[in-house]
Amino acid sequence: MAGPELLFRGARVVDPAGGRDAVADVLVRDGVVAGVGPDAGSASAEVIDADGLVLAPGLVDVHTHLREPGFEHKETVETGTRAAAAGGYTAVAPMANTDPIADDASVIAEVRAAAARADLADVFPVGAITQGLEGETLAEIGAMVAAGVRVFSDDGRCVPTARILRNALTYARAFDDVVIAEHCEDASLSIGQQMHEGIVSYSLGLAGQPSAAEDAIVFRDLEVARLTGGRLHVCHLSTAGSVELVRRAKADGVRVTAEVTPHHLTFTDEDLRTYDTNRKVNPPLRSAEDRDALRAGIADGTIDVIATDHAPHAVEEKEAEFDRAPHGTIGLETALAVALTELVVPGHVDLPRAIEALSTTPARLLGARDHGGPIEPGRPANLVVFDPAEPWAVEPPFVSKSRNSAFIGRTLTGRVRYTVRRGELTVSEGKATR
Amino acid sequence: MNEHLLSMHDVTADDVVRILDTAESFREVGTRVIKKVPALRGRTVVNLFFENSTRTRISFELAAKRLSADVINFSSSGSSVSKGESLKDTALTLQAMGADAIVIRHSSSGSPYQLTKWVRGHVLNAGDGTHEHPTQALLDLYTMRERLGRLEGLHVAIVGDVLHSRVARSLSFGLVKMGAEVTLVGPATLIPPDAPAWGVQVSHDVDAVLPKLDVCYLLRVQTERQRLEYFPSVREYSRLFGLNRARVDLLPEGSLIMHPGPMNRGVEIDSDVADLPQSVIEDQVTNGIAVRMALLYLLLGGRAAEQQEGA
Repeated sequence: MAGPELLFRGARVVDPAGGRDAVADVLVRDGVVAGVGPDAGSASAEVIDADGLVLAPGLVDVHTHLREPGFEHKETVETGTRAAAAGGYTAVAPMANTDPIADDASVIAEVRAAAARADLADVFPVGAITQGLEGETLAEIGAMVAAGVRVFSDDGRCVPTARILRNALTYARAFDDVVIAEHCEDASLSIGQQMHEGIVSYSLGLAGQPSAAEDAIVFRDLEVARLTGGRLHVCHLSTAGSVELVRRAKADGVRVTAEVTPHHLTFTDEDLRTYDTNRKVNPPLRSAEDRDALRAGIADGTIDVIATDHAPHAVEEKEAEFDRAPHGTIGLETALAVALTELVVPGHVDLPRAIEALSTTPARLLGARDHGGPIEPGRPANLVVFDPAEPWAVEPPFVSKSRNSAFIGRTLTGRVRYTVRRGELTVSEGKATR
Repeated sequence: MNEHLLSMHDVTADDVVRILDTAESFREVGTRVIKKVPALRGRTVVNLFFENSTRTRISFELAAKRLSADVINFSSSGSSVSKGESLKDTALTLQAMGADAIVIRHSSSGSPYQLTKWVRGHVLNAGDGTHEHPTQALLDLYTMRERLGRLEGLHVAIVGDVLHSRVARSLSFGLVKMGAEVTLVGPATLIPPDAPAWGVQVSHDVDAVLPKLDVCYLLRVQTERQRLEYFPSVREYSRLFGLNRARVDLLPEGSLIMHPGPMNRGVEIDSDVADLPQSVIEDQVTNGIAVRMALLYLLLGGRAAEQQEGA
């Protein structure tokens, strides 16, 4: 496992878990951090000049679609984790909506085995809450917990009734730190939805999903979390209303965390006027007011993590009529740069807060103890090194097997130079090492 | 004019006047024994219809043929589309065959926009999903101008399922552009919440609106089950919004009754009302050919003239 001895010299080390934001050298040896500080050198180490670069704990994504098993034409565990590494990620959590669905320990084991073969990032599979994602009978949560699963979600679908959610949140309390992650969408307010409902959807003639479809379910779920004392995570918030609901619930002591995607922090429904199917996502891109509320939510900690909802789809699936194209954008390769461009550069959050939302907090949520820092001697060397100022234009091809990026054509600031996973370079000088 | 006609937002008020004036000159062609002019000889027009629409397809076909263009009709039934070929591949095939203009009708909103990314020819939107139907709007504007002598200052009510109507959208945008006053009338569930942003009025009381109108424009009421969620019953719709003889009497003298067809007689319009002299529904059909001739001529003829000048 252990790669060469590496010395990153003169990086700005941003490590929220360790409380550090200072220029230092970081020595990596035998898969672990061997030294941090001005004199961490070693005569035998390969020296990497990191002057002007930022060194942070490797990024951790709590919401990824790797599509394997079942949809290998979109992405595989190998191509997806290679894309993750390219984006500075050292750990990802693939969602359960595969075929077969990850609702029992055997599918979890299959995904883990594929991840071990690829050996590019640590993979923490998410288990289904209900059998077949059908929202009726609880999946074997206990067996999956025994197989190491920590987060459960029917993502892509909302648990249809408060009763089933109540049972899931209550049942999960018997296991340490298990999290129930909800895709909040009222199905009856979403029939045929193509985008956010508002002035733009009416002018484009596309069926809309009103903000109330999310707000109503977030409200329901927070009340059920309050009722049960269970641990709820709200996936991909998209509305100002749900940010405010989560803010109030947290103030009341409800055990809830929340995530937001890079695309919801960037775009609005106005960006769909060209019928660009790569910007067809669920939840939909909403109004500027909603986007601003999401940015404020990440700044004040109401929203805990930035999660990609990396959702690869094949070219021929996306190059279709708007209402026939599937929802989703890829995101692993652009998330860090989007966070820098949309949040840090304009001053909504500082760099340590961005790293906290991209690495430290998601690692805690997943129970990924080897990730998210602190960057200290003896700790597994899961790191990202990036240039915070380098501009680049997002264009295909991507490392991902798919190229359905909502960001194609945008110029972003900040580029990954090195990704270190358990002491080995998965990305070096901006290129995948294998 | 723009290179394509995808939406009524693509044309200015000056463009509309030019299109209607050009249509005026083409209308006479339809009254000749030999209904043909050589304006587009050697040009190829493809009618790409992914949704059944006999009247619009025939109207475009006649328009192109009267301009001497070669016409290819491509419908989703019986073509490769039903075998699973994508819109993009179909478009590229037609492109390779040298289509100068593609007229597209599709149930998916935005597909004409997508087509412009994949082909070089001119694209004419013949109705896309619940988005727009600009050629219908233009033929309606033509009919109103022809009958009433102007567009500016006309008061037009569009009555019915505005929410799902591409005709209502395009016609509203066109009328507002030409200085007409528009009132959308229908059950609250079938009026888009953003309608005031279009520059139009909204009413749910058809009887209060009728006495002020120059044109009462009725929309077809969809009676499929999913549409019936929006109002309790066809009977109630008809009672509240249907145009019957009593309501016709509320209309000022000289006002017009219009409908884009096909009509549901007995639902949005009583059968005998449809056949009254102030009902100009058949004129709309006739004028449609002239307006589509004008559009094809202006979009295609312009480019041919430029090429000849360059040669």
